[in-house]
Amino acid sequence: MIEEQKLINIEVKELQERVKEFYGQGFRLVQICCTKLAEGLELNYSFDKNFEFINLRINLAVANVEVPSVSNIYWNAFLYENELHDLFGINIKNMAIDYKGSFYRTAVKWPFNPPLDTAKGEGKND
Amino acid sequence: MTKRTIIPFGPQHPVLPEPIHLDLVLEDEKVVEAIPSVGFIHRGLEKLVEKKDFQDYVYVAERICGICSFIHGMTYCIAVEEVMKLDVPERAQYLRVIWSELSRIHSHLLWLGLMADSFGFESLFMHTWRLREAILDIIEETTGGRVIFGSSKVGGVRKDVSDEKLKLIVEKLKKYEKEIKEITDVFVHDASVKHRLVGVGILSKNDAYTLGAVGPTARGSGVSQDMRKLGYAAYRNINFEPIVETAGDCYARCMVRVRELFQSIDMISQAVNKIQAGPIEVKVTGTPNGEFFARTEQPRGEVIYYAKADGDKFLKRLRVRTPTFANIPALLKVLPGSSLADVPVLILTIDPCISCTER
Amino acid sequence: MPFFRMTKTVLMSLFKRPATVKYPFAPRTYYANTRGKVLIEVNNCIFCGICQRKCPTAAITVAKADKRWVINRLRCISCGACVDACPKKCLKLDTQYTPVQTAKSEESFTQNA
Repeated sequence: MIEEQKLINIEVKELQERVKEFYGQGFRLVQICCTKLAEGLELNYSFDKNFEFINLRINLAVANVEVPSVSNIYWNAFLYENELHDLFGINIKNMAIDYKGSFYRTAVKWPFNPPLDTAKGEGKND
Repeated sequence: MTKRTIIPFGPQHPVLPEPIHLDLVLEDEKVVEAIPSVGFIHRGLEKLVEKKDFQDYVYVAERICGICSFIHGMTYCIAVEEVMKLDVPERAQYLRVIWSELSRIHSHLLWLGLMADSFGFESLFMHTWRLREAILDIIEETTGGRVIFGSSKVGGVRKDVSDEKLKLIVEKLKKYEKEIKEITDVFVHDASVKHRLVGVGILSKNDAYTLGAVGPTARGSGVSQDMRKLGYAAYRNINFEPIVETAGDCYARCMVRVRELFQSIDMISQAVNKIQAGPIEVKVTGTPNGEFFARTEQPRGEVIYYAKADGDKFLKRLRVRTPTFANIPALLKVLPGSSLADVPVLILTIDPCISCTER
Repeated sequence: MPFFRMTKTVLMSLFKRPATVKYPFAPRTYYANTRGKVLIEVNNCIFCGICQRKCPTAAITVAKADKRWVINRLRCISCGACVDACPKKCLKLDTQYTPVQTAKSEESFTQNA
């Protein structure tokens, strides 16, 4: 094992205060990513300080749960959050720069998390 | 109230190696705001992992980018090996270090050439790339390809390099060190180069850290952060210190890369002295189950590969976050306040590798 | 004065040969390890199809009934996965690259009876 990688499971409503806590302790935001599992989506926020690596994990049952943006604390989060919105359809409020779906222009909307019913969300984007 | 004009920069521009688009809002030659637009070469490579066997995906991972190709393949292999808890033999670890450092040397020489081209010094650009040919020849001799090495695999490396060839490589590099020093002296001391680079695009240490800048962009502003200190792949046996400059302008970032060139040559000779005989791969049985974040140091900074698997031969999720993706906010912070003629120099100073950014 | 640092290099390159090679009119040095195109000793082939399964770009097609081995040279990326996987070791990588083609075509090798 190269390094210890800690994992903390939290809820959506604790996100803002946990991230503010990390900012106060001097951590830097490394990346934000999402995985589609059989039982929903799993958001993962990674932080690092002097090679101490901590992950915050949030489990979302559906994609349109509102997640508050952390770009008011870490400005660079807006890139990751726009990507999450364009690839998975996650609804993130108050991003610092909001591309409103045109960050990646793909032929299929939300390519990593295609909507199950074909009535909404299908067809060309832009 | 001065009139504002919007100038589109990119996606095709003589100075850019890969397409990125910026909308620059100008007031009389000074940039006030910059809005990036990425996605020109989004190939959706992360989704291919659902169709390709975890061992076959190495070929795709290597081809995410042409300049930093070997380290992408190596990081993918490290991520899968840590998930499967494989014990890679020592000789393979040292060979990976040697190829990573060769990759770093050729990438920095490429960047120095592009930098010289961006402020118009074309003959320096040609000379730097002539020196890079020597490194590409060494790489072709050992792995078979000039740009795409094709030498990583899950469990070790595919080709072995004999000890005499390794010693010849070290001698060749020492001979080239003198020529490289002559050319990089021009970057360090020449007055016309300094005039274009000193004082341009100053990024403070606090900004560099909180905006998540990585690699030489952060090390040029005083943040001492180098993922090679984590100790993956035989780096724990090599002595080196991260190179840090404090000025935070384009000249400091250029200095960091020039000094890293010579540090890499030194690291290759240390690795060749310490390498022992032994097997170069370990047999892979079974399928991966678990997750891991593999972090390595590319020439441009820290790259993260997140691999998640649940026992199937296809990985469940592979997420690649490349250093240029992390450096774009730092670029957007540095652009306002600069003049239009400096914009190409500033964009090149973060070493944009856009094909990595939008795999 | 820190000007004209390049003078020595510029003067030397004025009198030396150019560093570039007029490829393809002049030959290029290939190394023993260079990965070029894939060659097959088709008389040793048992048409098991392992190379077809291992190929990452699906460039190889094996027709067991006709004893034919077909490769699409433009799809091949010279990675060497087929060379490593062949149980009879009848595949190898040549040092020369695939020559330029003007039309898309596949090359096929048939085993003599």
